[in-house]
Amino acid sequence: MITATVEQKHYLNAEYGLKSWLLTTDHKRIGLLYLGTITFFFLLGGIFATLIRLELLTPPGDLTNSETYNKFFTLHGVIMVFFFLIPSIPATLGNFLIPMMVGARDLAFPKLNLLSWYLLLAGGLLSMWAMFAGGVDTGWTFYTPYSTTYSNTYVIATALGAFIAGFSSILTGLNFIVTIHRMRAPGLTWFRLPLFVWSHYAAALIMVLGTPVLAVTLVLVALERAFRIGIFDPALGGDPVLFQHLFWFYSHPAVYIMVLPGMGVISELVSTFSRRRVFGYGFVAFSSVAIAVYGFLVWGHHMFVSSQSVYASLVFSFLSFFVAIPSAIKVFNWTATLYKGSISYETPMLYAFGFIGLFTMGGLTGLFVATLGVDVHVHDTYFVVAHFHYIMVGGTLMAYLGGLHFWWPKMTGRMYPEGWAKLSALVIFLGFNLTFFPQFLLGYLGMPRRYHAYPDEFQVLHVLSTAGASVLAVGYLIPLVYLVWSLRYGKRATANPFGATGLEWKTSSPPPTYNFDVTPAVTHEAYDYRALAEEETEGVRVG
Amino acid sequence: MDTHALESPALRHHFDTAEQQKDASTLGMWIFLVTEIMFFGGLFAGYTVYRQLYPNVFAAASNELDILLGGVNTAVLIFSSFTMVLAVWSAQTGSRKGLMVNLVLTMLLGLVFLVIKGFEWHHKWVMHEIPGASFHWEGPNPGQAQLFFSLYFAMTGLHALHMVVGIGILSLLLYMAWRGRFSRDYYTPVDTAGLYWHFVDIIWIFLFPLLYLIGRHHHG
Ligand SMILES: [Cu+2]
Repeated sequence: MITATVEQKHYLNAEYGLKSWLLTTDHKRIGLLYLGTITFFFLLGGIFATLIRLELLTPPGDLTNSETYNKFFTLHGVIMVFFFLIPSIPATLGNFLIPMMVGARDLAFPKLNLLSWYLLLAGGLLSMWAMFAGGVDTGWTFYTPYSTTYSNTYVIATALGAFIAGFSSILTGLNFIVTIHRMRAPGLTWFRLPLFVWSHYAAALIMVLGTPVLAVTLVLVALERAFRIGIFDPALGGDPVLFQHLFWFYSHPAVYIMVLPGMGVISELVSTFSRRRVFGYGFVAFSSVAIAVYGFLVWGHHMFVSSQSVYASLVFSFLSFFVAIPSAIKVFNWTATLYKGSISYETPMLYAFGFIGLFTMGGLTGLFVATLGVDVHVHDTYFVVAHFHYIMVGGTLMAYLGGLHFWWPKMTGRMYPEGWAKLSALVIFLGFNLTFFPQFLLGYLGMPRRYHAYPDEFQVLHVLSTAGASVLAVGYLIPLVYLVWSLRYGKRATANPFGATGLEWKTSSPPPTYNFDVTPAVTHEAYDYRALAEEETEGVRVG
Repeated sequence: MDTHALESPALRHHFDTAEQQKDASTLGMWIFLVTEIMFFGGLFAGYTVYRQLYPNVFAAASNELDILLGGVNTAVLIFSSFTMVLAVWSAQTGSRKGLMVNLVLTMLLGLVFLVIKGFEWHHKWVMHEIPGASFHWEGPNPGQAQLFFSLYFAMTGLHALHMVVGIGILSLLLYMAWRGRFSRDYYTPVDTAGLYWHFVDIIWIFLFPLLYLIGRHHHG
């Protein structure tokens, strides 16, 4: 029995050597390449976050001058948004799981998939080069005319890095859409798909429709900066606010590229660890698409104080409130799923609870900033910083870590150590709230974002936030250690260690190169735990 | 039984049937074209905003463009779409020679377009109508006129870049056709490349009236 397990061929031992990784077209290996790459960028972005929090420990700007501080928050933002959060869940978990969840042998375009990894790498390396050559200080938003006319830093190189990474995202989205449309296993209808797949489909729509607009905007910024063509330059009749319109047309929906896949993860986790079908499956599925569609209609809420007409602002404010509806549908349906479920509190479920709580807070404070009058008060303060960190870190990152733990046995064939994992989930949750909750208060009291010095009265809250950031850093480092440790010493994983229903659990851990020995046929709905139990007892009877 | 082995050698391992593979490629190309629409859409939006803000200067600046060369180029591109259709049809009917001849014709027409475009750009250079330090404009509001030419060069430049990529793709197809890689049962690359080529033509069909024709009667 043991020798049989050791000798079994799977995607990790099918081939060895650097070349077998760098030239692979296997979506599972590419998923792992992404995992390594974005972990690196996460740590790099984390270093800049640490520097920011250190500077803010004391009121005067004593660690760095303001120019250097501007570079710190810019690099933190650029790296975390374009090279970590956007690819995070889709490029790693999505890449690994979507073909398996639809019962296919690979994504529709395996070579494009590999190309998209190289594009992310190239964009990241270019931006890193800009960073070491002298950095960039425009903020991750590249606002004109500062970025085009006044900044003396490496704007073009950094923007080009983001531009290239954008094409990585476009190709990933394209691959997902075609795969989900054309490569589903026999019997796997749209309404039998796991909700993870639905939410990735919605996110892929945004990648495909939004990212090209960012791409052309960055091209125009580069042209303006290099040749002074005038498009964003008021001196030549251009309009800097046009940049904001184009930029946020992508960058608001981009938040949903980050959070929709996270919602997909949470649907899987909540169902698996309460052993119930997700309540209101159809509503949850369509709310993903609704979020993707509404997400394109609200970009003006970033320009309430940028000389946008009041009437436009009213409409954008109203539409922004509207996005709360599909988001709330998800939260209420997850909660209803838990009702009378047999809940177990394994690590992934702890992250799911963390997500639901933090995302709800991020979403509700989103209503504050979508309200015209309130936004005038809190615009460009730490209130906004706290709001989007609750969505992007409290939401996306919690879901990412929850998903990583949940599918770790499938990806690596090894179990993570449950005790350490629970501890770090708890540390992360506490550290996160200690870091970012004080920032809501700071912002409401008037602390502006992007300043390296502040009045003494804000120090207590800043010290709390920095202390929280240290706790959070420890929380992130613990999994890094034990996940690497588990690759060698972790308990061997069975095919379905959590008793989950998706097709990915019907094949061995780790899966064979072509995922399934026989293409699976699907005969029942998603999250059908009764059918799973019947299959298992039958398996016992036969075996 | 392994039905996979019975299918054509062009069938890749992760598809079940040749039909599924063709469907996937076609859908993939359509989605790619949607991303292209969004990409050019940003430029079209910017152009519309400024055309709306500065109608008189934009009309005057657009009068500087050569409507004859632009018109000839429009005809050249429409004709190249026709030869592209013939190329796809030849592939469908299994005519290797017809496919190669029409691919060559399409590429030649694409080159003619680029050469004419090059003459137009060169003329703008001679007239100091290229945005930058040497830009010169006699009429009022030179900044706004420069804005028009910035958009003109950005849009036609990106379109020309797409033409160059298209010619590259067609030469690759020509090589594959010469090696006998296509048959009545397998010509998906020709089909999807055709979609791309038509799309690039359609972009021009929008650019031509927007840049050359609208507001010509305003002699401002
Ligand atoms: Cu927004």
